[in-house]
Amino acid sequence: MALRRFDLESGGDSFAFKPETEPTIEFWLGKYPEDKKRSAVIPMLWLAQKDNDGWLSEPAMREVADRLEMPYIRVYEVATFYTMFRLQPVGKNHIQLCGTTPCMLRGANDLKEVCQKVIGKPMSVTDDGRLSWEEVECLGACANAPMVQINDYYYEDLTSESFTEILNKLQNGAEVKPGPFVDRLNSAPEGGATSLLEGDLYDGSRNAIAELPNLPKDAPAEPEPAPAPPPEKKTTLIKDSKPAPKAEDKPETVEVADGEEDDLKRIKGIGPVNERALNELGIFKFSQIAAWTSANVDWVEDFMSFPGRIEREDWIAQAAKLAEGEETEFSKRVDAGEVESSKDEGDE
Amino acid sequence: MLQDKDRIFTNLYGAHDPGLEGAKKRGAWHLTREMLAQGPDWLCDQVKQSGLRGRGGAGFPTGLKWTFMPKSVGDRPHYLVVNADESEPGTCKDREIMRHDPHLLIEGCMVASRAMRAHKCYVYLRGEYIAEREALEKAVKEAYEAKLIGKDNVNGWDFDLYVHHGAGAYICGEETALLESLEGKKGQPRLKPPFPANAGLYGCPTTVNNVESIAVVPTILRRGAQWFAGFGRPNNTGTKLFCISGHVNKPCNVEEEMSITFRDLIETHCGGIRGGWDNLKAVIPGGSSVPMVPAEQIMDAHMDFDTLRDLQSGLGTAAVIVMDKSTDLIHAIARIAYFYKHESCGQCTPCREGTGWMWRVLEQMVIGDAHHDDIEKLLDVSKQVEGHTICALGDAAAWPVQGLIRHFRHEIEDRITQYRAPRALVQGHTVAAE
Repeated sequence: MALRRFDLESGGDSFAFKPETEPTIEFWLGKYPEDKKRSAVIPMLWLAQKDNDGWLSEPAMREVADRLEMPYIRVYEVATFYTMFRLQPVGKNHIQLCGTTPCMLRGANDLKEVCQKVIGKPMSVTDDGRLSWEEVECLGACANAPMVQINDYYYEDLTSESFTEILNKLQNGAEVKPGPFVDRLNSAPEGGATSLLEGDLYDGSRNAIAELPNLPKDAPAEPEPAPAPPPEKKTTLIKDSKPAPKAEDKPETVEVADGEEDDLKRIKGIGPVNERALNELGIFKFSQIAAWTSANVDWVEDFMSFPGRIEREDWIAQAAKLAEGEETEFSKRVDAGEVESSKDEGDE
Repeated sequence: MLQDKDRIFTNLYGAHDPGLEGAKKRGAWHLTREMLAQGPDWLCDQVKQSGLRGRGGAGFPTGLKWTFMPKSVGDRPHYLVVNADESEPGTCKDREIMRHDPHLLIEGCMVASRAMRAHKCYVYLRGEYIAEREALEKAVKEAYEAKLIGKDNVNGWDFDLYVHHGAGAYICGEETALLESLEGKKGQPRLKPPFPANAGLYGCPTTVNNVESIAVVPTILRRGAQWFAGFGRPNNTGTKLFCISGHVNKPCNVEEEMSITFRDLIETHCGGIRGGWDNLKAVIPGGSSVPMVPAEQIMDAHMDFDTLRDLQSGLGTAAVIVMDKSTDLIHAIARIAYFYKHESCGQCTPCREGTGWMWRVLEQMVIGDAHHDDIEKLLDVSKQVEGHTICALGDAAAWPVQGLIRHFRHEIEDRITQYRAPRALVQGHTVAAE
């Protein structure tokens, strides 16, 4: 865990987004459902950091919290949890140096020495305010190691020399173009690619196939509309081809005398509530569950509204074993009384 | 060896136009409407038949995962969430898809959404990928403008795609932590069950897939499941993006056939091992979370899920970190241990305390300032972290340490002996401590 604290002194008392940021804020808020505005907290904090010279002050966090109608503490939590939010002032060019093993193997420690020599300690800002640096964890450009991120972009395949040169340029107020600093195209091998050399990949001939392979032979390309209209008003052009479970798919039921029924809770996935529901359906025996067809499973899943669960927990195989009088790992634990959720209500 | 005509990511290096026109020329957005018209059952079935296993690390069959979504849409909408929080050390493949072939990803999102009856998709990018986000946002805008996605689009399935981003937390690559983060909270993993397919984003049915898993789907459907299944060995099919870093002559990303041997991969694309094959010491074959494999075992091994599992490691994200004989392996693993200490979310005690403890002990071992029985203690602590946490970060922190001790225990022992040899007699405290 990274332990991080606010810098309350440098932050001042107030913060306001720049007017030109407002459309971007609108853009981000438009991405989430109306009642889930809170989802925008990370992008909003990021925009606030951009508008606050590259670091996040406490007033900026409060501004974001007010806009998203979140309690302040929830925003503080997010700001301290995510390490891209810098909680103290940084230089105009903030360097994030990747020091994780893949970069370390190719010389990240040499780059660290350069930073220490040119800039100083991590998170210290040079006197002219132009540079600051910190070591960060893997930035995901490992084939181009060692690398650093300066403000927004990646500078890759560095050596002490090329990195020193970049820092010198930045110190003099010049711009440096990001990308690899050796002879290669992005993450292709140095000196030229070993693949993707054939020209006909790029001349449009890949669009020659007229029909998809493996289409079902007899089924119509456009499936017939499903019987029930979807509950939400949506302009859906294609309806789900899977029809709702039919009544005849309801599994066979039996009636048993009191005490004759099996303890269905010995199946992993069936607790007291599910057992009661199954009993009400007329399912009392392991052998019944073991005999379910996939149509039956769909019907029961639909009835009990937990799609996919019977298949995932493999009730049928469990029931088949138990019906034969065998045990499963889970049933042993139930029999030993180790499974709280499988005890009968009122046992305690 | 994979031929150019069978590569899916034909603009991997960005030599060509990543925009809509270029992507269409390379085959994207071709017959998409026909795919969508077939409906979820056909789509899931085709992906199942292709043998595609998730490319995010765990290798779970993608088609099967999709079928866990409810079969009909109730009062809660379905969501597809694409995990583009690529942060596993060694991994840099999704980045290339997003900045150079973004339309394959967008098309894949649409097809996958149809297969799980979702109309909305969020792509969660890691915060540091700013250039990649700009490229992806640009491509999304193009797709909306061309009416390929959006309401009443030409492909016949209402579909909205939103790009979201994080802010530098490795743990948000864990699917439930990612959902928490997307909901605007700290990225701390959720207890399962309920699984995301039942209660995911905003409590709605959700499936989380890796970028590469999603982006290969349209091409698989266009060329046929059997085409994709024809590469690699049984149960390990398809093509795969490999990220090779560390001590090779030319590190690179490359799309290759699954199950290619390590030697072929390095010789063909990376110009060999630095200093020759005799200079190879160990390889971490699937990102920092998997245990290392020593040179003699990896050299001619197939790079796939099952072979590497049998070598007590894993394919993970196919991020191959190569280490030659100049490497101080203890230091390399200590740095990985620091990474996990830094990235632990702090929710479960074994991980929060264990990762820091393992890192501190490893740092001592780098200089040799430890006792011989500390090695056993370290192994024991790693076992206490592994499997005792909500998410797999605890496992991921323990495995590299276990891999080091399994294969290179003698190096740690030598280092300790070396450190202690001159000190045992002159320094009273060392003797007294025993």
